[in-house]
Amino acid sequence: MSWSITLTVNGEPRHVELDDPRVTLLDLLRERLDLTGSKKGCDRGQCGACTVLLDGQRVNSCLALAVSHDGAEVVTIEGLARSGVLHPVQAAFIEHDAFQCGFCTPGQIMSAVGMIGEAQAGDDPERVRECMSGNLCRCGAYQGITEAVLDAQQRMGQDGWEEAA
Amino acid sequence: MNRFDYIRPATVAEAVTAASVPGSAFLAAGTNLLDLMKGGVVRPERLVDVSRLPGLDAVEALPDGAFRIGARVRNAELAHDRDFARRFPAVAEALLSGASAQLRNAATAGGNLLQRTRCAYFYDPASACNKREPGAGCDALGGENRLHAVLGWSESCIATHPSDFCVPLAALGAVVEIEGPGGRREVPLEEFHLLPGSTPERESVLSPGELVVALRLPAGADAFAAHSRYVKLRERTSYAFAVVSAAAMLRMEGGTIAEARLALGGVALKPWRAREAEAVLAGARPDAATFRRAAEAALEGAHPSGENGFKIELARRIAARALALAAAGTPERIPALPASPLAPVTGVALHG
Repeated sequence: MSWSITLTVNGEPRHVELDDPRVTLLDLLRERLDLTGSKKGCDRGQCGACTVLLDGQRVNSCLALAVSHDGAEVVTIEGLARSGVLHPVQAAFIEHDAFQCGFCTPGQIMSAVGMIGEAQAGDDPERVRECMSGNLCRCGAYQGITEAVLDAQQRMGQDGWEEAA
Repeated sequence: MNRFDYIRPATVAEAVTAASVPGSAFLAAGTNLLDLMKGGVVRPERLVDVSRLPGLDAVEALPDGAFRIGARVRNAELAHDRDFARRFPAVAEALLSGASAQLRNAATAGGNLLQRTRCAYFYDPASACNKREPGAGCDALGGENRLHAVLGWSESCIATHPSDFCVPLAALGAVVEIEGPGGRREVPLEEFHLLPGSTPERESVLSPGELVVALRLPAGADAFAAHSRYVKLRERTSYAFAVVSAAAMLRMEGGTIAEARLALGGVALKPWRAREAEAVLAGARPDAATFRRAAEAALEGAHPSGENGFKIELARRIAARALALAAAGTPERIPALPASPLAPVTGVALHG
């Protein structure tokens, strides 16, 4: 048996034939659509490296069954920059030295974009840290990550940046 | 992960019929189920996807004053529903103290009730676990068990139920609405989860094919809104299961506690409502001595299941602290660290 699903990934409709219902959204992105920006860290929903926006909400793509999300809109790290211009969160991560090895960074950035959209943390660093606690950074770049998220959020408010998704 | 058949029914009735076949499991967000399947802890032969079923996604006040939460409502959506959070602030605080933002955006209300224990021996197929394999034995007994149960456990299972959400729900007398092959029925949340006894593989009252369709808070449950807190001690600041937790709610009248609700998490294989403690609190003055007496009553009958005797006194203190914080009043905004017992609070003598 096979399952035919259609997703909108970074604004483009993508049609996929699945021969196995076990494929997670993360594996579909990485192995079948060649979007390897979303990382497989723990693959168990504990590290956040696989974070993507699914219908506008940040989720762990390793714990989402692709077949269950037929018709969904997905935004990955590859879909943030526009015409070569980095998304404000991407730019802020560079400016604030918010990573070292970079493995967790796509998940951190997608989580931050989702967090800013949720508009729960405001400009309180403690709330930002709490709202970002689903993303682990083994290099310990948390100080820079918090600064980058706060800075990007402020700039997005000023610039009126709207999500492309 | 084992291979499985995938079925996506269009209605609740079809879902119930599909899941009545032995070897079936319901799939909602899958945040717990897929994790368990990846570890080979559970191996369902078919998944019945209920993530799109119509009619299960509303958060609504009912005409009779009750409040209904559809089983598909996401944890984050419920916690940030203004009307809900205003009426049931301890439930919102409990939700926001659980898991991570990503998981809360996916995980559903119904799935939260049915999540499995995080006992490491249950999660490890190489270990003996009566819950995973009836009759196999329990490697948690005599193993690494400092976080295991201190109430209601048996020699066959000493695991705890991991939910935060269920703790204030149990305190508020929530009711679980169930649709099954025999029709619709309702079960109080307090009776929904089963203590292990000699059958720890049986975790809830659900029979094959039965689906949780909603949770209902009875009329009047919002009378505690002004004095409601959830307090959860974790081994790290955020994104961790409870070592122990407590939901405390008070209805105050003229400086006296008219009515109280108290439930504990992390202490048993079900959310543990402490009715004896509620009786101690009713009619009493809200002071440290009262809260300590209530906490003693809540842990009456507790005993260690291993290297976890410390949890009994810890649970008493967390219960007393939750009561003190509830007496001080529900904060206008959920604290930056939801449910943290370590957050600074002005005007409350935490160590009474």
